[in-house]
Amino acid sequence: MKRVGIVALNTFREAVRDRVLYNLVFFALLMMLAAVVVGQISIGIEESVIVSLGLSAISVIGLLISVFIGVALVSKEMEKRTLYALLAKPVRRWEFLLGKFGGLLLTLAVNTAAMAAGLFLVMLYVKHSLQPSDAVVLVAVYFIWLKLALIVALALLFSCYTTPLLALLFTSGLYIVGLYVQELRDLPAQVMSPAMVAFTKWLSYLLPNFENFNVMAMAAHGRAVPGTLILQNTLYAVIYCAIVLTCAAAVFSRKSLK
Amino acid sequence: MPMTGFAIEIENLTKEYPFGFLHLQKKTSLEGLNMQVETGEVFGFIGPNGAGKSTTIKLLLGLIFPTAGTARILGKPISDVEMHKDIGYLPEQPYFYDYLTAAEVLDYFARFHDLTAADRKERVERMLKKVGLETARKIQLRKYSKGMLQRVGLAQAILHDPKLVILDEPMSGLDPVGRREVRDIILELKREGKTVMFSTHILSDAEMLCDRVGVIVGGKLRGVGTPGQLVDLKTQGMEILFALTAASNAPLLAKATKTGECYRLQVAEGELYAAIEQLRGAEARILSVTQVKATLEEFFMNLVEADRAQASAVEVSGK
Repeated sequence: MKRVGIVALNTFREAVRDRVLYNLVFFALLMMLAAVVVGQISIGIEESVIVSLGLSAISVIGLLISVFIGVALVSKEMEKRTLYALLAKPVRRWEFLLGKFGGLLLTLAVNTAAMAAGLFLVMLYVKHSLQPSDAVVLVAVYFIWLKLALIVALALLFSCYTTPLLALLFTSGLYIVGLYVQELRDLPAQVMSPAMVAFTKWLSYLLPNFENFNVMAMAAHGRAVPGTLILQNTLYAVIYCAIVLTCAAAVFSRKSLK
Repeated sequence: MPMTGFAIEIENLTKEYPFGFLHLQKKTSLEGLNMQVETGEVFGFIGPNGAGKSTTIKLLLGLIFPTAGTARILGKPISDVEMHKDIGYLPEQPYFYDYLTAAEVLDYFARFHDLTAADRKERVERMLKKVGLETARKIQLRKYSKGMLQRVGLAQAILHDPKLVILDEPMSGLDPVGRREVRDIILELKREGKTVMFSTHILSDAEMLCDRVGVIVGGKLRGVGTPGQLVDLKTQGMEILFALTAASNAPLLAKATKTGECYRLQVAEGELYAAIEQLRGAEARILSVTQVKATLEEFFMNLVEADRAQASAVEVSGK
């Protein structure tokens, strides 16, 4: 695991030096503007508007980073041939892959944590104080980070066997589909053949369920998130990522470099 | 030279690349390669572009996978990644993380070799000095020239004191000074008892540095041995280099080629003394007399031309 850590830290260093974290400036400006505007136009619901806006921004910025950088994690190394010298070292391909995943996850953790800190500062500015119930915002941020981990894993898998552009399309497509998994499960069984019912059920469990991670409405209204949901989502993300990364490692371990 | 077995053993190594619609057609890049590199020797792998040199090296390092055949490095199968601890590799036209400085990239690669922080620091400094990059150590690689990247590549290949060093076109992109330095490093590695295998287009480098060379053309190995074994060492004639001290009409001068102030004259071995006598009579100053031998280049060119002729014949018969 030491080698995984070495690759992960270098991936994080790459993100920092390639100015990925500059998005924080955009987030800070957005939140400052929101704090000023919200106070003027939304009497009594400032906090929920700020929380919704802040969490949405954290989610969108994280999505953009995880999809765009995720699909380039491996393909860029193959394209630029930086992988040649690295794989000639005592590094297994799955160690490299896991290191790249870990590095981007670390980048997203730092980025998300910084944005969450910014959101709490704005909440403090608007409400003049913070309550224990505001901790639900932290849970929502944690769920966003779990969701991003899943997206990075999928982006890595697709980028191992197709072009970056197709990987981008597949990852984005799967994310959108993954937002409607519950709807797929709730399709009326009466109007479908038994085979179709079985297929949609099977498909709904195979697809990543991103809707599970959305507790934005609860956070905006200060409602507590049940501990079982936190545990369930954590396990779901860990297991799903493990399966996707195992598939990615299997594909990548037989991939011939150019 | 310590000869204790083989550092590299290659058996029937073959690589085919699928192409065309549905990948149904196959292009053979390497065909049944059988070759050994002895421990402690400098082995030159020479061949024209697309001959299969880099393919062989990439197969040995597990960057691509063989269609058939096997290979062992330092007695271990090439699928064993742990064996990479004892290997140094310089890729062709190396490219490294351009957001890192030379010192950072060397330190990064050194971390995979279980070295202590102090040892890593000492080795990085030593390598930067060795490849002449100590003054550029804090500049990000995105500002490096091709030659400087080649030096970084060489440094990372030998940083961890490997037993076997594989260099893919190590002289590529280097100026004459850089080439000289690389030659010195290869000779130093040989003195230290390391095995060095390098591919090159530059035949004079191979002749100068290698204990043995392997010549590959069209994906097939066409010859392995010492440069002397591969080419006909019999003297093909004698070359006299001379300068004229006064105007002369000696008949031999008509056969000589003038280069600057000097003349070159090639004669048969048995005619050497008669030619020298004639030149002395013409008041010529003899500068040198050397044997003319077949070179590795001629051997190489003959193989390449034969391969091209064969390829053309196949194409014509195919039509």
